[in-house]
Parts: sequence; structure tokens; C-alpha cells
Amino acid sequence: MNKPDMQINIAGVELKNPVITASGTFGSGKEYSEYIDLNKLGAITVKGVSDIPWKGNDSPRIAETYGGMLNSVGLQNPGVEAFIEEDLSFLKRYDTKIIVNIVGRTVEEYCRVAERLSDTDIDMIELNISCPNVKEGGVSFGTDLLMAERITEAVKKTAKQPLIVKLSPNVTDIVSIAKAVVAGGADAISLINTLLGMAIDINTRKPILANIVGGLSGPAIRPVAIRMVYEVAKAVDVPIIGMGGIMTGEDAVEFMLAGATGVAVGMANFTNPTATIDVLNGIEDYMIRHGFNNIEEIRKSLIL
Amino acid sequence: MKKLYYPIIIEQNQIARGTFSMKLQCNEIAETALPGQFVNLYCREGEMLLPRPISICETDREKGILTLVYAVVGKGTESFSRLKKGDTIKVLGPLGDGFKIDESIKTHILIGGGIGVPPLVELAKHLKGEIYAFLGFAESPILVEELESYGAKVFVATDDGSAGFKGNVIELFKNKNITGGMIYGCGPKPMLKAVGKWAEDMGIKAQISMEERMACGIGVCVGCVCKIKKKEEEDWQNRKVCTDGPVFWSEEVIWDE
Repeated sequence: MNKPDMQINIAGVELKNPVITASGTFGSGKEYSEYIDLNKLGAITVKGVSDIPWKGNDSPRIAETYGGMLNSVGLQNPGVEAFIEEDLSFLKRYDTKIIVNIVGRTVEEYCRVAERLSDTDIDMIELNISCPNVKEGGVSFGTDLLMAERITEAVKKTAKQPLIVKLSPNVTDIVSIAKAVVAGGADAISLINTLLGMAIDINTRKPILANIVGGLSGPAIRPVAIRMVYEVAKAVDVPIIGMGGIMTGEDAVEFMLAGATGVAVGMANFTNPTATIDVLNGIEDYMIRHGFNNIEEIRKSLIL
Repeated sequence: MKKLYYPIIIEQNQIARGTFSMKLQCNEIAETALPGQFVNLYCREGEMLLPRPISICETDREKGILTLVYAVVGKGTESFSRLKKGDTIKVLGPLGDGFKIDESIKTHILIGGGIGVPPLVELAKHLKGEIYAFLGFAESPILVEELESYGAKVFVATDDGSAGFKGNVIELFKNKNITGGMIYGCGPKPMLKAVGKWAEDMGIKAQISMEERMACGIGVCVGCVCKIKKKEEEDWQNRKVCTDGPVFWSEEVIWDE
């Protein structure tokens, strides 16, 4: 039997397969390059990059929860210059697409990062308006219809590369936010970012996270993510990168059936350093078993 | 390529209340591990997805055996304690940047508190010269014989006075009036802070092993940071305990009040 065609196209960018890394769970690939062949990935989405270095939140920043985890890292990163100098030059050695997740406190800060990246050799920008762990910017843009559209528009004007907008699930109506960013010029949508959560140590009676609240990720949130991908895919025409608790190829296929073209592996990287490759192999196995020739066929095969 | 291992547990014993010693047949890790490094142990239960970072107590390079001594502090470590000889466990490692060993130093002072004592065993094995180990426990001491077998003169303190000096390990250490060329500390934060303070007062360098809640253990998630101010840098930075540490120079650690 012929091998299925794994290639996908997101906003004109050809990915050799649909497996992408979720921002913040893969660094800039260096650490995982010791465990897997990065050339095998469809794309690498790097950890959020700001215009100047950010220190992030105080420790503890991690709390394990049932089937998932909370984090309140707060987008600690060395800034766009350090990213270009160290991480980008490393990533360019690999045959995979590079998606840069950008963060900011103001529209101007986001635009400065996009501008600085405009003459670099990256493939796409992912606009992060959904991080729940920073006080200004981040999710405050992603939960307000007007702001979401405005910031998308501003960054789209500045960016030279196709723009993915990453949505927050911490909203009442995900579809209206999706429509707003598409109206603002988003070339693709990725979802979901983490769900705002909290955990308390009952012995010390203190919140586990120094930041008190944090973002929940992992398989515990997958049904929420599947539902939101399904709703958004029905409502907009841009391609979708689905994520939220993908641990296996089967999980990834579930996102495709819900309407995702690409899939991103996040927390699973922490449980298993080869998770991305295992997911890729799992998708291929599923396609062979079920006679799918390409990803688009899976995406259109949901039976209601 | 680095990879996950699934070694067999060749021995598991409870060595004190809530404290277990697990021996793994894992040649790859045993052969390369250095003092102060740790491994990630993964739970079998699907609801607990994050690895538990466990310090390496001892390695036997010839036999390929890795000894881990850990305390049951939650559901994950409790699940490890239920594993039996012959079971396998998912392990990643060795991880982290451990203790630096300076061969010119003649006298070494090891200070361990509770479950911070295990990594001092492998350290003692690698040190040349005189070794003094000051160990503090809430109740039952552990690993005293092991440290002695590697030439350490061991002094014990317990909170309840059931063994050795009654009180904390820092008081015990100060009472003994012993000094040396390097201090190595592993234990609870207040102890490490006191070790750092003492080292600074005496003008001795100290290496301390930090602990923080971790997710990945390999430097990706940026979850396990502590504040580090390097001499050559203007300001402190959040540095990763898993890959920049776990061992740091005490003079570089900024303690939260």
C-alpha cells in the first residue's frame, strides 16, 4: 500500500506533515534535538518572544493536576535579539518550518517584534493573545472582540510572514473571537491556549503557584479543545492548528476530524521527549488503517 | 541520541519512615552520572503525567546499578514506593549540572538535611582528601554508613534528639568548629540559606543543590527557576534549576524573603 500523503498547507506554507510543537513546550528545539530528529517535524513553534527580555513570574511556576498541569511561567524569554542570534541560527540548520510565537504588553510591543522578525528567515508568526500569566497584554487582547481584531490588524500590517493568531479558551464565545481575528487579517488560527486554573495545597492552605492562578494544559483539557476547534472550523475559512492535550496519534486525529489541518503537541513533550514523533507515526498508522490518502480527507470525514 | 530507559528494579527497601531506597539496573545512566545530577522518574498512572526529579544517591559503574533514595511526599512518590523487585520504571537521565570537584581542595564539608542527604553519598565517593559530613534529620538518620564507607567523618543532628545532637544541623556544624576548603549543601531552603550565610562569613566557597517544582527536567518548560545573580552580570536572572543547576554557587543565589 502507498504511504499516505502527510503534507499540509497553512496559509501558503507547505509543511511536510501536520505535526507542530506547541509554543512554550519545546523551547527553540535545542533540548529536544538530543532526543529526536527535528527534520521530521512539520514545524516548530518556538517559545514566546518579546521585544526585550522578560523575567517571568516567581517560583513555584508548576503544579501537576489530574491528567494535566498548571503553569505560571509568565513568558520568561531572552527577547527577540537573543532569539535571532542564538535560536534562529540553530533552527535554520534543520529542514522544518519555523513559527515564532510573539508576545507583548502593548500593540506597539507586539508590532516591534513582528517588525524585527520581518527580514529574518522564519516561516510564520503566531500572535499570542492568549497567555493567562501576564498582567498586561496577553490574554487581555484575546478575550475582547475589538482588541483582538485591532491587534491582529496592526501586526498583520507589520508582519512579512503569514500570521497565525492563537486563541484563548477563556471566553464565552470562541466563534466570535475567531471571526474577529479573521476580520483583522489572520491567515490561520491556532487553538487552544491554556485554560485559566488554580490549585491549592490543602496542608499549607496556600495556592501552589506563586502567581496564584495559572494556565491548565494536558489531556484534561482535550474535550474543551476539540469542541472549540469544531466550532471555529465550522465558522471560519482559514486553516486551523488544533492543540490541547494531544498525547498520541489518535488524539491528533480527533483534532483533524474536528476540523484542524495542523496539530500541535504540547505537554506531552514533558511526559515523553519523543512525543512529537510518536504522534506523527500514530497519525500515519491511522491513515493506513483507515485508508486515508491525505490529511484533508480526514478533516472532511467527520460523520454527524 | 539520548532516550528514555525502562530499567528493572533490582531492589527496593524502606530505609526510614517514608523513605525508600530503589536500585535500578541501568548501565547507561550508571556509567555516565556525575555527583549532584538527578533523574526523572515517571509514574505509571495516567493522571500523573509529569516526571518526578529524584537525585542520584549512588552509582555502581561496573555493575551498572543506580541507587535512588527518595521520600514519599505525594501521590507520585507513593506510587514509586509500591513498585516491587522485578518491576520496570520509566527513567530519563542523568540530568542537570551537579557538584564541581576541585582536586586541589584538601578538606570538604558536606551538609545535608533530610532527603537532601542522598546526593552527598555519590559526591563523597568522588572527593579526595578529608571529608566531614553534617547531617540533619527530623528523626531517623539515613545513609550514615554509606557516607562513612567513603571516608567521611559523619556528625548527625536530629530534631527530636533520638540520634546524635538534638537540634538543627547548622548548630551542630557551628559547634564542631570545623572548617575546610569547600562546602557542599543539599537540603531544605532555610538550611541552604544558612549554609550560604555561614560560608560567606567564613570566606569559603559553597555549592548548594536547589530544588523547585519541575515539569520537563531538561530545560524546556522554564518552570523550575530560582533567582541567580552572577558576578559578571548587572542584574539577577531566573535560571533553570534543572539544567543551569541543580547545583549553584551559594553566593549567586538570591533568596526570596
